[in-house]
Amino acid sequence: MNGGHMYWGFAALIGFGLLAPVAGIYPTFLMKCWCFALFACAFNLLLGYTGLLSFGHAAFLSVAAYVAGHTIRNLGFGPEWGILAGTLSAGVLGYVFGSLAIRRAGIYFAMITLALAQMLYFVWLQMKFTGGEDGLQGVPRGMLFGLIDLSDNTNLYYLVFAIFLAGFFLIHRVIHSPFGQVLQAIRENEPRAISLGYDVDRYKLVVFVLSAALSGLAGATKTLVFQLASLTDAHWHMSGEVVLMTLLGGLGTVFGPVVGAFVIIGLQNQLADKVGSWVQVIMGIIFVICVLVFRRGIVGELGRLLKRPL
Amino acid sequence: MADTDYILETRGLTKAFSGFVAVDGVDLRVRRGTIHALIGPNGAGKTTCFNLLTRFLAPTNGTITFNGRDITRMRPAAIARLGLVRSFQISATFPHMTVLENVRVALQRKTGISMHFWKSGRVLDRLNGRALELLEAVDLGAFAGAMTVELPYGRKRALEIATTLALDPEMMLLDEPTQGMGHEDVGRVVDLIRKVAVNRTVLMVEHNMNVVADLSDTITVLARGAVLAEGPYAEVSRNSRVLEAYVGSEQVGSEQVGSEQEEAT
Ligand SMILES: Nc1ncnc2c1ncn2[C@@H]1O[C@H](COP(=O)(O)OP(=O)(O)OP(=O)(O)O)[C@@H](O)[C@H]1O
Ligand SMILES: [Mg+2]
Repeated sequence: MNGGHMYWGFAALIGFGLLAPVAGIYPTFLMKCWCFALFACAFNLLLGYTGLLSFGHAAFLSVAAYVAGHTIRNLGFGPEWGILAGTLSAGVLGYVFGSLAIRRAGIYFAMITLALAQMLYFVWLQMKFTGGEDGLQGVPRGMLFGLIDLSDNTNLYYLVFAIFLAGFFLIHRVIHSPFGQVLQAIRENEPRAISLGYDVDRYKLVVFVLSAALSGLAGATKTLVFQLASLTDAHWHMSGEVVLMTLLGGLGTVFGPVVGAFVIIGLQNQLADKVGSWVQVIMGIIFVICVLVFRRGIVGELGRLLKRPL
Repeated sequence: MADTDYILETRGLTKAFSGFVAVDGVDLRVRRGTIHALIGPNGAGKTTCFNLLTRFLAPTNGTITFNGRDITRMRPAAIARLGLVRSFQISATFPHMTVLENVRVALQRKTGISMHFWKSGRVLDRLNGRALELLEAVDLGAFAGAMTVELPYGRKRALEIATTLALDPEMMLLDEPTQGMGHEDVGRVVDLIRKVAVNRTVLMVEHNMNVVADLSDTITVLARGAVLAEGPYAEVSRNSRVLEAYVGSEQVGSEQVGSEQEEAT
């Protein structure tokens, strides 16, 4: 399955990531894209490779964003600790949500994750440390390991890109691991996987926690980029956006979520000044087109043309 | 213990679907090392029985004992791990995995590395030899690298059996293993079942009476959820109540048995 063409894809991705800021693309925009690309890849691990549709992934992005912001700004730890604490908190929250939701299948699973994420939204709104509507502002970027100054945009950019790559390749590894084989079996025929003796709920829980933690990694990193954690991260729009990025790019493809994230963030960037809140309508239209005529997404369709899984 | 003679026993096994009783007080006893057939007209409750035995459905009433152990309340995956493994009426494979991977994912379970998400998939390559052996046993060796979705139906059923065998179960439940197969495939599967039943117990649902007559030591006839008759083929096939149940059953069921009996003569 993992043919040589994949390595060209990886090389292109790395090459692009290394050269894009040099080529003059606005680094903050790129960093935002990498954060969301990682978020979408984590989501894809769950929906694309396991068949679980979570509609509450904003919860993991936001918990990590707030915890990272709190750890760095209020507790005074370095950025690496903020990212670590954020990622772990998202993993723990993933364990809690997963334990509650995984026994339910299909739409019920989606509804429970949505309900739990909404509850968390109101918790954030009420709590003091999140800054409510204003958000948790002014998070210092600080010095990575006490050595590298992250207030320098270039340094921060390469850190964000490295974090993205680490998450991206971890997900790739998971998909092709012995565990990934079982996930695929569960997705393709769950009753059969059960009849082979697999406790499918345990596998689902583990992949849910992984996906949550990686979403958290994206959220914590994003806090560093914008020096801000806000309610936007926790809103259900965010849960919807990650679904859209994944579907548009190509569900169950390796590169799809990355492409989807760049396209959506790019469009939002371009359109926000010109059409204002119409941007939501345009996103909606893209979603409909995607579902109706473009099922495989950009990378999925490309893979079909090339007759290769991408 | 006299119990050890029977590998699987049910007492008063009952399943009601919101008022409709699909399985009604079934006492089934399967003797160790035999091939036992469960037959009956369409809708008799055979598949529901299988779902109860493997806990894919929770019984409304009754108990199930496997190897002297009460498994009535166990989870389905745990029952499979005890060595009671089922197949499905409609072929159950993993369509977008290769034929080899289908068998390998079954072999993988006992290695204990199935949770290892950080390991390269290459560690599974050491199972390839055994997987190929199993595929050879069902004449699928040449298809090892093919995508399962592309196999013809009969081959998929054979792959399903190979996958089940990968678990080396003490007892196999086969739900219509020859359904939808051409003549040659049926012959192949019959030979295969006979071969694999040498050191295990098989309980199978089957509509093809030739296959039933050919393979089974004991037959249990189910009609409207209840046991109608039990015994060896020669006995059961002469039982007037059995013949009546088939004739009296819905059109599809009677036609099917009728045609198979013609074939037999
Ligand atoms: N989940 C369910 N809910 C309601 N009724 C069901 C359910 N499953 C099965 N039944 C009903 O129970 C009865 C027995 O079904 P079952 O599938 O066990 O029959 P069967 O003997 O396997 O038939 P066939 O030979 O056609 O496979 C049927 O009338 C069926 O409609
Ligand atoms: Mg049936």
